[in-house]
Amino acid sequence: MSSRDCGGRDNTVPARRFRRFGNQTGRSGSPVQNESETPIGLHMNRGEPSANAAAVVATRLTRRFDSFTAVDQLNFTTAKGLIFGLLGPNGAGKSTLIKMLITLLPVSEGTALVAGFDIVREPREVRRRIGYVPQMLSADGELTGYENLLISAKLYGIPYAERQKRISQALDFMELADVGDQLVSRYSGGMVRRLEIAQAMMHRPLVLFLDEPTIGLDPVAKHSFWQRIRDLRREYGTTIFMTTHDMEEAESLCEIVTFMHRGRIAASGSPAELRAALGPSATLDDVFLHYTGASISEAGGDFRDAARTRLTARRLG
Amino acid sequence: MPPEHVSPPAAWAEIARPGDFFVQTFAVAEADVRKLIHDPVELFTRMVQPVLWLLIFGEVFTRTRAIPTGGLSYLDFITPGILAQSVLFGAIFYGISLIWERDLGIVHKFLASPAPRTSLVLGRAISSTVRSFFQTFLLYVIAELLGVHLRFGVKALAGVLATVALGSAIFATFSLIAACIVKSRERFMGIGQVLTMPLFFASNAIYPLSLMPSWLRAISSLNPLTYQVDALRDLMLIGGTSTFGLLMDFGVQILALTALLAIATKLYPRIVT
Repeated sequence: MSSRDCGGRDNTVPARRFRRFGNQTGRSGSPVQNESETPIGLHMNRGEPSANAAAVVATRLTRRFDSFTAVDQLNFTTAKGLIFGLLGPNGAGKSTLIKMLITLLPVSEGTALVAGFDIVREPREVRRRIGYVPQMLSADGELTGYENLLISAKLYGIPYAERQKRISQALDFMELADVGDQLVSRYSGGMVRRLEIAQAMMHRPLVLFLDEPTIGLDPVAKHSFWQRIRDLRREYGTTIFMTTHDMEEAESLCEIVTFMHRGRIAASGSPAELRAALGPSATLDDVFLHYTGASISEAGGDFRDAARTRLTARRLG
Repeated sequence: MPPEHVSPPAAWAEIARPGDFFVQTFAVAEADVRKLIHDPVELFTRMVQPVLWLLIFGEVFTRTRAIPTGGLSYLDFITPGILAQSVLFGAIFYGISLIWERDLGIVHKFLASPAPRTSLVLGRAISSTVRSFFQTFLLYVIAELLGVHLRFGVKALAGVLATVALGSAIFATFSLIAACIVKSRERFMGIGQVLTMPLFFASNAIYPLSLMPSWLRAISSLNPLTYQVDALRDLMLIGGTSTFGLLMDFGVQILALTALLAIATKLYPRIVT
């Protein structure tokens, strides 16, 4: 990982906070960081009740569907200001985990603090402080880019006096100012993704959740998307919590990757550490195979997963 | 290294303000209305059915004089019924858009926002009422052309809009509840087909309650559509009268809407699980 990726800013604290990812199997990678790595731009003073708390702290977080346990007693902590990648085969529990963290799915047991608030007891306070971009292309194709942002601004309670300024800022930041008045159904896949990030950032969330954000994007759009995410983190100190199936994405964008397997954390650490732990020439693919017992190409998903992915891909096509 | 304090970025997660609830509720409705403005075709195709009912069914049956309508021509008599019917048909399939938007991830995004669940449901009910106002306007144009004896006083028109708004909100919310329970488009379409005709026929829309066998009258008296038509007959027509009284008509409808909104708010998050 190069330090360029992590974009420290002059007036920010190069934070090297210890990241702990507990699990039941005890196979976690050792998250020790090299001093020269990851000078991370953190905005610590955000007027939050627990300003120095981590972005996400899960405690025995569990979700069961009938007899099936999708997420099994997860304990982990995600430091603020990091780009955090969640990997694992389909059905490993990634989406279930994200849905619980954004308060869309009730938890069966345990809980988590997101941006300092309890997802079970204070879901609305959590929602106020997070942004979420679903895997599906969720910008409304029947509205213009501007209208999509306007609706988001209103839903997030951005005051009237601020709205227009924020919207034009967002359009500029995402290089969508020229097409702001066009219907989103005419946008390319990459443009839609940028618009969605802009929507999710209207209220300057502390944690931004992205569910497989670059699925179906072409390489150029993908790289430009990654750059946006890095810019955004540098600009606002936002913690990025994302799932991905893309090893290149995990390698070049994420500072910490966590592999999930059967509802548990199989391994966690920086991509470099995880690779190094397996051997000098190991790739992240090898890491994936080692911890989940399945290569990416073999990792199956259920019908709904596959259908949804195809729908997204078709809309991007 | 001692941590330096950096100034916070331009803004951060918004705090709650009074009035947010209304902004959020109307934002949900606004999204839908803006879509209608971009593509209003749907509003016009929706009018085909009511026009056929008035033009064919109404014109033919007005000649038979077989149905006791209390001094009204049959065409006059069914006009409020057809308005209520077109509002019902427009609203009862409203839930399909929720399922569609769920499949697109739009609903997830709304649910992950700080907007309370009540405002997400109420916003959708309101957007359904906006459609119903447009239907009302077109139906008035057609009815006037056909010579229906319409009342045009301000109070009467305001009453009609209030009734139509309530009716549309009731059936749209009912439809949202069905969508949250069945969750798939195919099953929802099945349910919608099964519900619409019984709701229509088990009401006083095209024949008076007095003609019904007692079992059907009992069912009709539980149907919100009956009270809607009853109020509309009083408010829309010169010489029209309500059977139950406007107070009861509105009371029943407001009660039904409140109960349905409460249920829908409870069930709404289930659409994404």
